[in-house]
This record gives sequence, C-alpha cells and structure tokens, in this order.
Amino acid sequence: MNRHHTRAIAFALAGLLCGFGTAVSAQEADAPPRLHWSFSGPFGIYDQAQLQRGFKIYREVCSSCHSLKLLSFRNLADPGGPGFTEAQAAAIAATFQVTDGPNDQGQMFQRPGKIADYFPPPFPNDQAARAALGGKLPPDMSTLAKARSYEWGFPWFILDAFTMYQEDGPDYIHGILNGYTDPTPGFVLPPGGQYNKYFPGHAIGMPKPLSDGQVEYTDGTPTTVDQYGRDVAAFLMWAAEPTLDARKRLGFQVMVFLIVFSALLYFTKKRVWHAVLHDPDLEKPRAA
Amino acid sequence: MSGHPTYQPRSAFMKWLERRLPIGNLVYSSFVAYPTPRNLNYWWTFGGILAFMLGVQIVTGVVLAMHYTPHVDFAFNSVEGIMRDVNYGWLLRYLHANGASFFFVAVYIHMARGMYYGSYKEPREVLWILGVILFLLMVVTGFMGYVLPWGQMSFWAATVITNLFSAIPVVGGSIVTWLWGGFAVGNPTLNRFYSLHYLLPFVIAGVVVLHIWALHVAGQNNPTGVEPKTEKDTVAFTPYATIKDAFFVGLFCIVLAWFIFYIPNYLGHSDNYIPANPGQTPTHIVPEWYYLPFYAILRGIPSKLLGVTALAASIIVLAFMPWLDTSPVRSASYRPLYRQFLFIFFAAVIGLGYLGSQEPTGGYVIAARILTIYYFAFFFVILPLLGLFEKTRPLPNSISESVLKKGVPIGASGPPPAGARG
Repeated sequence: MNRHHTRAIAFALAGLLCGFGTAVSAQEADAPPRLHWSFSGPFGIYDQAQLQRGFKIYREVCSSCHSLKLLSFRNLADPGGPGFTEAQAAAIAATFQVTDGPNDQGQMFQRPGKIADYFPPPFPNDQAARAALGGKLPPDMSTLAKARSYEWGFPWFILDAFTMYQEDGPDYIHGILNGYTDPTPGFVLPPGGQYNKYFPGHAIGMPKPLSDGQVEYTDGTPTTVDQYGRDVAAFLMWAAEPTLDARKRLGFQVMVFLIVFSALLYFTKKRVWHAVLHDPDLEKPRAA
Repeated sequence: MSGHPTYQPRSAFMKWLERRLPIGNLVYSSFVAYPTPRNLNYWWTFGGILAFMLGVQIVTGVVLAMHYTPHVDFAFNSVEGIMRDVNYGWLLRYLHANGASFFFVAVYIHMARGMYYGSYKEPREVLWILGVILFLLMVVTGFMGYVLPWGQMSFWAATVITNLFSAIPVVGGSIVTWLWGGFAVGNPTLNRFYSLHYLLPFVIAGVVVLHIWALHVAGQNNPTGVEPKTEKDTVAFTPYATIKDAFFVGLFCIVLAWFIFYIPNYLGHSDNYIPANPGQTPTHIVPEWYYLPFYAILRGIPSKLLGVTALAASIIVLAFMPWLDTSPVRSASYRPLYRQFLFIFFAAVIGLGYLGSQEPTGGYVIAARILTIYYFAFFFVILPLLGLFEKTRPLPNSISESVLKKGVPIGASGPPPAGARG
C-alpha cells in the first residue's frame, strides 16, 4: 500500500462514520430556515433601525414575561447598539418603575428608572413567574440569542467555520416565532403545550406571542410575524453580543496586520535560508 | 550541547553580570547558537507555537482573573460583565476561550509529529514523558477553566467528570465528596477549581522548562530520524529556526484571529450561555471538543469502572510508547507499514472525536467500540509487532545526504504542512 491507500482508508473510515450519523440521528425538530442577517459575515454590523424595531417588540410584547436582567438602559445609547441618544435612553428608563431602597425608613420603594438602572424583571422572582404562568418559567433574554441553537449535523458544521455562520441563535428564535403550526397527525400535545415545529420535542410552553399587525411600525416596515421575528431576533442578538460591531471592526484591522506581518516574516525567512538552501556544502552558518 | 560558540559579552554591564550570573550565556546557548537539524520541516514549529500560546493564555488569564468572581451566584454574571463592561473584555475572553482550543490544536499536531517521526525514541524518552505530563496538566487545566463561567455545560461537565472518580471501588464515593468539598458540585467546587486553574498554568510553565532542558540535552529529532553527525547537518537556532517559528506563529495567529473575531462561539456550546441550574439536566452533556475522543472511549464501555480505566489508560499509554515501539528506525518516512497504521490511528482518533459529540446510541456505540479497540491495539499489538516484522526502507547516511540526494535540498525548505508528507 502507498499513501493513496492510506488516504483511501482514512476517507472510507470517515464515510463510515457519516453513514452511522445519518442512519442513527433522527432530527427531533425541523431546522429553522437560515436567514440573511445584517450582522453576518466579516463586515456585518447591526442595523440600527432594525434594533429599534426589535426593542419596540421586546418592550411591548416579550417584556411582559421575559426579563432582560443583564442589560441597562444606558446600553441603548451605546455605540454599535440601537442608536438611541442618551436623552432618549433616559426617557425610556423613566417609563419603567424600578424597586429601590431601603430608604431612611427602612422601606423598599418604587421610583421611575434612571439611565444607569438595569431593565427591571417582570416578576419579582422565578417562583412568582411560575405561579403567574402556569408553572412555566420564561427564560431571561440577556444571552438568549447565544444560548439557543439547533443541530444541523455533519458535514455542514465543518463548512460553517469557513462561511462564518454564527447566526444559529437568531435563526432559531425567528424560527420559533414562526413555527406555530397545527400538530402533525398523531402528535399528542401535552396539556399546557403549544405545537411548534422548530421547538425540540415540539411542545413549547409559550403561547404564540405575535400575530400580524400586533406591533405598530412607523417606518413603513411590513408588520408581519416574519418581520417581527427578524427584528426581535436581531435585537436579542445585540442584547447577547453588544460588542459585535467593535469585534468585527477590530478583527479586520488585526487580519490585515497579521497577513502583512506573516508575509514579511515569510520573505525574511526565505532570505535567511537562501544561503543554506543553495549551497548545501556551506560551512555551518553562524548566528548573525 | 558542546562545541558551539559561547556568549561573548560586549558591554561592561553584561561582562560584570556574566561573571556573577551567566544568564547571557544560558540564553545565547539555548536560543541562539543551539544547533538545530537543517532539515526540520514546518511541523517542528508547533513547539514554539505552544510556548507562545502558553504565554497568551497566562497573560489573558491573569487579566480575566482581575474581573472574575468565583462564586456560584456571581460567576456567570461576572463573565457577562467582562463581555459587556470591561474594556476589550470580549477580546480577552474570546481570546482565552478560543486560545484554549488552539492550545489543544497545537498540542495534538505536536504529538502527532512526535509519533510520526519517532521523536519519543531513545534518547528522548524523558523528553516525551514530560510531554505526556504536560498534556495531562493541560487536560486538567482546560477542564477546570471550562467550569468557571458556571453555565449549564460548565456545571454538568463538572458533575459528570468528577463523578468518574466514584467508579473507584470502596473509596470512590469519599474521593468524590472530597473533590467537591461537599455533597454536590457547588460553591466550594467552583472555588477550588478557580484556585487550581490559576495555579496549574505555572506548573505547566515549570514542566515546559524541564521539557526544553531535556530537548537541549538530547537534541532535536528530525524528519529522517538520523542524528546530526557533522556541523553540516545543523544550523544555528537563531536566525534559522526562530524566523521559521515566527512565520508559523503568524499563520497560526491568522487562524486563531478568524475564530476570535468572526466565529468566537463556534467551538463553544450554546448551553453554556444558560446560567448553571442544578435542577435541570441538559438533554445532551458534551465536553469541549478536545476531550471528545476520550469521552467516546469512556462511553463506549458499558462498565463504569472499566470505562474510567480505559479513559485514563488511553492517555497514560502514551508515556510507554518508547518501549512499546520495538523498531530501531525512528521516522515513519522509512517505515511504510507503521506509517499506514499511524494514519489509521489518527483517523480513528478523529472518528472517536466525532462519536464523542453524538448521542451514545445504536451504531454510534458499536463504532466507538471498534475504534477504541483499534486505539489500544495500535499501542499494545501493532507497535510491538511491527518492530519485529516490518521491512524498513534504507536510511540516509546523514542529514546532509538526505538533503542533497533529492537534488533540491527539500529538507530545509520544508514541505507545505498540508496532508501527509513523504
């Protein structure tokens, strides 16, 4: 056998493994469609208008059940975010009631939010949320877009390293919001569950949260569930990864530097080794 | 090594210092005049890359530690605080997390190179064993680091891995309680993992010094496996090896930067962005990708004790390679059969890695068992027998001869590191 045989064996082995893969893993839930996002790819950044629309949906719909504990009102005015001004962020903060205290009398009290406050949770604690929502605890949304994914299997996940696919979280969220369908025949829905074709196990606790025309847009963007899903998923991606814009910008600079620097190192290396390569009888070279 | 030039201090200060502490000569003889085989290819740059990555991990780790809180109630949020509020915190954390992965990428390539070219053989056994110890330390350090963000995978990985010790007869249960500092994975566990995660990299750095010392006593192996005989077989470490290493560190950084800046969460698990919840087991607990082959070995074996034993044996067996391999020829370039079995071994390890990421059912378990059998058979059957039966190809008389014979002196230029060589 020679090297080709060896490679053939290696490939055969890999093929065998993939065979096992497709034969055994039956996908539990459908893979949500992959959408185009403004923040995908090496130069992708958030679309400010989309983040503002997404924030509107969060505020009017999601925030009645889901907390956003790690975000502060000041974040709304951060660079690379929805692009509110500080005054706008402060005005938004003032519309929320925040628990503060204890005061001089030892009492906790409610006051309008300030820009430095964090988003107040809709329920005082997890138990209160469960009690109000039939035993279901809505997850905090601060990291949700990075905390959700779906299986798409070999060999696609290898390919995704090259195509820079990192939008599985937003795709999943958009999928869930658009995945409320009638159950497939024979599917027994457990009590309190809703059928969702993209949810693992299909029985999701959350009732369909959005319907067409529910949230008003002032910029002429279509008010469909599909569009709402895109906007709120983009907003949640920003909430989970607020430094994405800065990361991509710095990444490009670092890449340019590293490629130029490595090229210079390569040519220096060629120059240094030139004598050794072209005069093998050369006396042992001394350090410069 | 003797015979190469020594450091000649020029400045008055260095002359003064050199008579009291000959540190100049130590650095000079180790990293400048040190003779290195002239035919080293680019696979030999991964030692330097590993040293570089250790430095990166320590520097980013020390700064991350300034902002991290090792407490079950605050760990997750403090990591998110690093991501959101610390200046360039996202860069530090993504660099550290992906840096750990790339540390393992580099160490696996480094080990594979050692196996291919027989770098573990006489007189480099101690050098090799120190390498196995370094790998073990890396495994432990990496695992503890993964626990620190205190996400769902952190918590459940800690639970699963520490529970492995319960397989030990009689004292297993007590050992696990002792490791946890309680009766479940909790705050004492997190605290000690943090302490050890900070300590172990410096232990690694110390063993690296021993590793390099042993390297400089035995000298580097090379693609022919024939020891340097005359001065013509070697070149000075600086500038020849340093510039080559630097070039590959640059290329390595490009790949690392790709991950950090464009796909920082590709190698992570999405569940680790969910705060740890002892009351809710994730549907599918998986370790970091670099442990997956060993995880597959563990799960492939139905008995817990045997599985844990196989897991430990799969790493420890590496330390015995110098004695399990009975062939007098080092380099796989001259060992046609060993070369093939070794490539199948590499494929088996990658296969085990894939199986480790899948749910342990049906065909996956059978495949994992077949590959596990090959893994151990490679060490305990193939390696000892090959030395007796394999017909090796003739070795060149010297490194210079091997360089000259090909017309173009290929050895020194090094082949591109794509696929298998030779």
